[in-house]
Amino acid sequence: MKFGVVVFPGSNCDHDAWYAVRENLGQDAEFIWHDSDRLGDVDAVILPGGFAYGDYLRCGAIAKFSPVMQAVKRFAADGGLVLGICNGFQILVEAGLLPGALVRNTGLKFVCREVRLRTETTDSPFTAAAAKGQILRVPIAHGEGCYVADDRTLNALEAEDRVVFRYLDNPNGSARDIAGILNRERNVMGMMPHPERAAEALMGSADGLVVFRSMVSALAHA
Amino acid sequence: MTTVTPELIATHQLTEAEYGKIVKILGREPSYTELGIFSVMWSEHCSYKSSRLHLKKLPTRGRYVVQGPGENAGIVDIGGGYVAAFKIESHNHPSFIEPFQGAATGVGGILRDIFTMGARPIAVMDALRFGPLDDPANGARNRRIVEGVVAGIAHYGNCFGVPTVGGECVFEACYNGNPLINVFALGVAKRDEIFYAKAAGVGNPVIYVGAKTGRDGIHGASMASAEFTEESKQKRPNVQVGDPFLEKLLLEACLEAMQTGAIVGIQDMGAAGLTCSTCEMGSRGGTGIEIELDRVPQRETGMTAYEIMLSESQERMLLVAEKGREQEVSRVFHKWGLDAVTVGQVTGDGLLRVRQHGEIVAEIPNQPLADSAPLYDRPHTKPLRTAPMDVPGFTSRNLTRDLETLLASSDICSKRWIWQQYDYQVRTNTLAGPATADAAILRVKETGAALAMSLDGNARYCYLSPRDGVQLIVAECCRNLAVVGADPIGATNNLNFGNPERPEIMAQLVEAIEGLADACRFFEVPITGGNVSLYNETLGEGIWPTPVVGVVGVMKTAAPAGMHFRQPDRSVMLVGGVGTCDPVRFGGTQYAKAVLNALWGLPPALDLDHEKRVQAAVREMSRAGMVESAHDLSDGGLAVALAECSFGPDGVGAEVDLDSDLASELLLFHEGPSRALISTAEPDRVAEIAARHGVEAPRVGVTIKEGIVIRNRGTELIRARVEALRDIFEKALENKLRG
Repeated sequence: MKFGVVVFPGSNCDHDAWYAVRENLGQDAEFIWHDSDRLGDVDAVILPGGFAYGDYLRCGAIAKFSPVMQAVKRFAADGGLVLGICNGFQILVEAGLLPGALVRNTGLKFVCREVRLRTETTDSPFTAAAAKGQILRVPIAHGEGCYVADDRTLNALEAEDRVVFRYLDNPNGSARDIAGILNRERNVMGMMPHPERAAEALMGSADGLVVFRSMVSALAHA
Repeated sequence: MTTVTPELIATHQLTEAEYGKIVKILGREPSYTELGIFSVMWSEHCSYKSSRLHLKKLPTRGRYVVQGPGENAGIVDIGGGYVAAFKIESHNHPSFIEPFQGAATGVGGILRDIFTMGARPIAVMDALRFGPLDDPANGARNRRIVEGVVAGIAHYGNCFGVPTVGGECVFEACYNGNPLINVFALGVAKRDEIFYAKAAGVGNPVIYVGAKTGRDGIHGASMASAEFTEESKQKRPNVQVGDPFLEKLLLEACLEAMQTGAIVGIQDMGAAGLTCSTCEMGSRGGTGIEIELDRVPQRETGMTAYEIMLSESQERMLLVAEKGREQEVSRVFHKWGLDAVTVGQVTGDGLLRVRQHGEIVAEIPNQPLADSAPLYDRPHTKPLRTAPMDVPGFTSRNLTRDLETLLASSDICSKRWIWQQYDYQVRTNTLAGPATADAAILRVKETGAALAMSLDGNARYCYLSPRDGVQLIVAECCRNLAVVGADPIGATNNLNFGNPERPEIMAQLVEAIEGLADACRFFEVPITGGNVSLYNETLGEGIWPTPVVGVVGVMKTAAPAGMHFRQPDRSVMLVGGVGTCDPVRFGGTQYAKAVLNALWGLPPALDLDHEKRVQAAVREMSRAGMVESAHDLSDGGLAVALAECSFGPDGVGAEVDLDSDLASELLLFHEGPSRALISTAEPDRVAEIAARHGVEAPRVGVTIKEGIVIRNRGTELIRARVEALRDIFEKALENKLRG
C-alpha cells in the first residue's frame, strides 16, 4: 500500500507520519507538496499535524484553499481513505469534509500529554482492527483541539455511529469527549491525538498503530 | 546628516577610549551609521569584551570536538558519520521588557544558530529564572512574566516543530527585576555537510534570505549590555517580534538550498543583524563584503542606513553563494515562499562597504570591526557575598511536614504546568522527555544511537562560592548522563552575571570560569560554545552569579530506566552512600531556603575523584540493564529524591532504613553530590559493580506498594502516603501562579 503524506509548508509531523508508515508499519509512503493539485498513485492520504500556513488565523482556515486540498476533496469523494491528524483534523473540518469545528482548548493553553482513548466504533476502515471499547494510550499536542458542534450535529454523529474515539479524561473541553470522528461515508477520519507518535513500544506506546493497520487491511480488501 | 557628538557617543555606550580606537581604525571620524555599527559590534553582548580574556581558560578541544567556540554553534562527533551542533543562548533583557516575544525570539535565535550550520534542530531545553511568585512587592509581575515566557517558548518551539524536552526553573528574589531565559538547542547533521559562516571567493554574491527588515530590535544588542533602569521599560520597541512559521520555512529552505552545493557560507542575522552577519563572515573568510541597502527587502519605507544595518528583525539569514548559481539558490527559497535577494558581493579588500542611494554610507575594515573589539582585563577582587559563615541553630518539629514544604516549594515542585505547554514529542525521537529520567534522551534515527542531555544551574551554590558552585553544576550534569547510561562528550555554558565593572562581580565571573574550566577538564567535557550575559542588574541590584551548563552525551538507543520505581519488592540502593555533611555546607540547600528561610556557609563538598567513580559505577549498572529506576540526589537531598522516585504511574513507594550519625535534618535533606538512588532486582550484581569501582552502595530499603517510610537506626523520621505527597508536588506551581 502507498500512503501519501501531504506537506504544507508548516507541517511538522509529516516526517513522523511518514516514519510510522514506512518503519513501523512496513508500507510505502511518499510526500505530496501542498501546491500540487494531484495526489499521484497513492492508496490513502494522511494530513499530518503542524501549523499548515502558520495558523495565525483560524487553524486550517487558509489550508482549505490550497491546491492539494482540492485534490484531497476529489479523492475523498471517490471513496479514498483520508486520515487527518491534529492540524489535519482542523483542516478537514475547515474544508467541510467533516462537520463541526475545533476551537481553543478550554484551559486556553497548549497541552502535550498522553491521553487514553476509548474506541467507540470498529465499523470504520480506521478502527476495524481494534476491539470495540478498546482503550488506546496516545499522545495529544495542541492548543486548539476543543471539538464543538451544534446538538443536532452531535446527535447525528452519535446516531450514525460516527464518533470513533472519545477521551477518557477530556483534556481540552471537547463536546461529549469527542476525540475523533468520521464523515457520513466513513472514508474520512479526523482525530486530534497523534497515532503516529504511539507507533512503537520504544516511544512509550504502540497503541496508535492499530489505526494504520486498519487502513492497510481495509485497502487490501477493497 | 546626524553629526557625531560626545553625547551621541555616550548614548551608544562607547567610552572615550573606545571612540579613539574607532577613529584610529578608520583614520577619520566615523559617520553616524558607522558609529552605530561599531557600537553594536563592540557591545558586551557581541564582543565579550569583559569575559574574553577569561573564557580562554576553558578547555575547548577533545576527542569528539569538530568545532569549538567561535562559530554559530559548537559541533561534536556522535558517530555513524553524524555530528550534533548545539549551543545555549540567553534572552534575558528582552524577556523582562516583553516576556512573550522576548522568550519566543530567544528560541528563534538559537534555532537559527543551529540550522545555519546545516543541522536540523531536534531538541530544545530551557533554563529559566524568575522572581518569587509570592513576592510581596513583585509577585504579580513575576507571575505575569512566567506566564508570558512559557507561552512564548511554547508558541515558537511548537510551531517550528522542535520538541522542548527538558530544562529547569528556579525562583529567587535576585531575579525579581531580571529574569533569566537561557535556551539550549541541539541539531543533527552529516559530518561532511557542515556549513560555516565564512565569506569566501571574491566576486561571489551575498544573498539576503528570509523576513523583510523592519525597525524592530534596533540596538537590541546594546540594550542587552546595560543595566536596567526605570527607563528600560520604554525600550519595549527594541524587542523583536517572532514569526515561528517563517522560521520553519527558513529552516526547510536553508537545508534544501545547502543540498544544491551552491552555498559557500551562511550566517543568521541575530544580534546586530545585518551588521554582525556581514562583518563576521568577512572577517572569518579574510575577505571584504560590499552591500547595497536599496536591495535589502524592507518592511517599512524611509528606513535610514543606520536603521537597516542595526535592525534585529527576526528570521533572516545572509549567505554567500557560488557566482553564477544564484538561480539554484533562489529557486529553493521561492519554493518556500521566501525572499532571496542578491544584496552585494564578496570583495578582496577586507572592507565592509555599505552603499545606499548611490552613496557609500559606511566603509570599515571587517577584521578590526569583528575581532579587535576592546579587550578588558577588568579589576576583580573577592566575589560579592553577604551571607554569613556561621551556622544558625535549627531543629525540625516535624520532618514529614518539612518534606511536604520542600515538595511544595517553587524550586522543587512539579513543573508540569510549564512543560505540558511544550510539544516535547514532535519528530518522534523523544525517549525520555520532561520529568521521566534524569536526562532528556533523544534517538537519532539516522545513526541508531541516542543523545542524552542535561541542563543545570544553581545560583545559591554559586553565590556562596562561584568556583565550587559551578563545579557542582558540571558534576550534576555529568551524573545525570551517567544515571541514564550515557557518556558525556561535550558541553556548552551560559554565564549570567551582574555588572562586570564592579570588581566584586567581576570576581564572581572569573572564579566561575576558572571553576568551570577545572571541572570540564576533569570530566573531559570540552566547552564547544556558549554565551555570556552580563549587566543583569536592575536599579543597582545584581543577580546572583548564575552559570548554566548543558552537557551532551551519547548512548545506545533503548528504553531508558527512568527515575520512577516500577514495582514493589525491589531493593533500593544508594550508590555513593549516605555521605556526610558539615552543617556549614548545609546553608545552600533547599532545606535551608524553603524550611529555614536562610542562606549561610558553603555549598556541598565535592570530591571529584569519588564523583567520577560513582558516575562510572552508575553508568555501568544502567547500561547493564540491572536498574529498574535510577535518580541522582540533588535539590532536597535523599528524602526529596525518594519522593520523586515514588511519583511514577503506579505510585510505588519505599521503606528505607538508614544507619547514620548525622542529625536527622542533615541526613534526610543534605545535598552532598555523588549519590544516586536505584531500584533493582539484582542487588548482588549492583553491589559487585559498586565494589569494583570503590564506591559504597548500601541496600537501604525496599520498594513497597504504597507509602514512604524512612527510619534511622530504628527511629521513624518520615512516614507519608505517596498520593498525598504527589498531590502537593503536582499542584504547588499552579496554586502559586494563581496568586
